[in-house]
Amino acid sequence: MPAITFIHSDGKSDRVETGDGESAMQAATRHGLDGILAECGGNAMCATCHVYVDESWLARLPAMADDEDALLDGAAAERSPASRLSCQIVITPDLDGLVLRLPERQV
Amino acid sequence: MSASASPVSTGSPGIPHLDVDPFAMNFFADPYPTHEVLREAGPVVYLDKWNVYGVARYAEVHAVLNDPATFCSSRGVGLSDFKKETPWRPPSLILEADPPAHTRTRAVLSKVLSPTVMKQVRDRFTAAAEERVDALIDKRSFDAVADLAEAYPLSIFPDALGLKPEGREHLIPYASVVFNAFGPPNQLRQEAIERSAPHQAYVAEQCQRENLAPGGFGACIHAHVDEGAITATEAPLLVRSLLSAGLDTTVNGIGAAIYCLARFPDQWQRLRDDLSLARGAFEEAVRFESPVQTFFRTTTREVELSGATIGEGEKVLMFLAAANRDPRRWDKPDSYDITRRTSGHVGFGSGIHMCVGQLVARLEGEVMLTALAKRIAKIEITGEPKRRFNNTLRGLDSLPVTITPA
Ligand code: HEM
Ligand code: FES
Repeated sequence: MPAITFIHSDGKSDRVETGDGESAMQAATRHGLDGILAECGGNAMCATCHVYVDESWLARLPAMADDEDALLDGAAAERSPASRLSCQIVITPDLDGLVLRLPERQV
Repeated sequence: MSASASPVSTGSPGIPHLDVDPFAMNFFADPYPTHEVLREAGPVVYLDKWNVYGVARYAEVHAVLNDPATFCSSRGVGLSDFKKETPWRPPSLILEADPPAHTRTRAVLSKVLSPTVMKQVRDRFTAAAEERVDALIDKRSFDAVADLAEAYPLSIFPDALGLKPEGREHLIPYASVVFNAFGPPNQLRQEAIERSAPHQAYVAEQCQRENLAPGGFGACIHAHVDEGAITATEAPLLVRSLLSAGLDTTVNGIGAAIYCLARFPDQWQRLRDDLSLARGAFEEAVRFESPVQTFFRTTTREVELSGATIGEGEKVLMFLAAANRDPRRWDKPDSYDITRRTSGHVGFGSGIHMCVGQLVARLEGEVMLTALAKRIAKIEITGEPKRRFNNTLRGLDSLPVTITPA
């Protein structure tokens, strides 16, 4: 199973194994990671699963849908060109090793 | 745990038939033992009293919510099947709609109630919460339902919508009709609909563009007509959705949170020690009490759900509250823990119809609980709480409390 790394806002990092067809958000919450709230449970309705995708990975992710784009404007932490909603990133084998940075706040 | 829904043509396994009425007064008084019976009987049950299928485990409730092509909403999300009966009011263009119609109206309400909009109303909602707490501190002893759970949303939500000051006393009675009407034709539903005419007339009038103040959620919905996203006849009905679903739900949500925090003083202390837990304390109350207890779907085809075969055109009752306390999904489901990871609870639903007002509800809950915990050391229940009975909503009619200021 592919593994991905979350880097917390204080610089500490956590590497988590992902399950079949899981999103990055689901992998993070299943491992009890702080820093991702996911209030809407992955329905792309809350923007509390905001992450900054490591630059080297950015282009390799599928493009975002309009609803994700609109929600990111309302995220609690500042939006950057690397911003994504982790519930919308499904981890496929080619994303093994993906690095995601966590914002300072989600609400 | 996975629950699957796929078409099947062979044999129907023994679906347990239960003699349970989940819309009876004695059920509402204490639904938890029956919720357990429903969950333990099997993944899918049949309720002979109303001739409907039921799902009460988390996995199946989640599966039904997330398969809207098979379990549709356009035939009504109450017991009444719109294909067989005339709805008591023109159907909702969002709640009682399926894709692609739902997709279009939903996009409009999502924009009107987006995280960006919440940032704009946050300060106003916070100031009103602090004012309410000032007034309660003056009183010391009060009814936490009327003076807090109702008074606070009433002080902000109608204004946020842009409603006129006159006639607002119709709002909660109207919502109570709407949520009773999802139930079966019992006394609660019949009486509610019989008395609904004046409330319906008020609501229909307020949904018109000229009656909604500029800048409010209502006017924002109408503005989408100009962009061509919805028609001028659709806009009032979408405003109606916010009037139906946006007030009484948060009254019961905030009421649930106060009732929990008053009953479990250790959790109140934790909140006082760390105000950043306020949002989680509200969310956990929505899981624990599930202010919206149930919704129905109707099958669009024969389907197999966790081994049970359900035919086409059948009503399926989803017990959101029972799913939110399913021990298969939740650790210590019957304890109220404000630090719990609540992500994934179905108190706001799940999937395409998941509550479009969830950000409004959470904002109200968060700022109200923060304002209370900042200023109040203790909340004590000083009299017997009285329950309010509704076919869909769970909450209290009164909760006498006395507070000790910090
Ligand atoms: C604690 C408060 C609330 C609770 C527990 C709650 C619960 C729910 C649930 C369970 C659903 C799903 C219905 C379904 O799947 O058929 C829903 C949908 C909906 N809610 Fe809420 N709600 C709350 C607050 C609000 C607020 C504040 C608003 C408006 C500002 C609102 C507006 C709506 C609307 C319009 C829908 C229909 C969405 C759709 O079908 O796509 N709700 N709500
Ligand atoms: S979990 Fe809510 S938007 Fe991702």
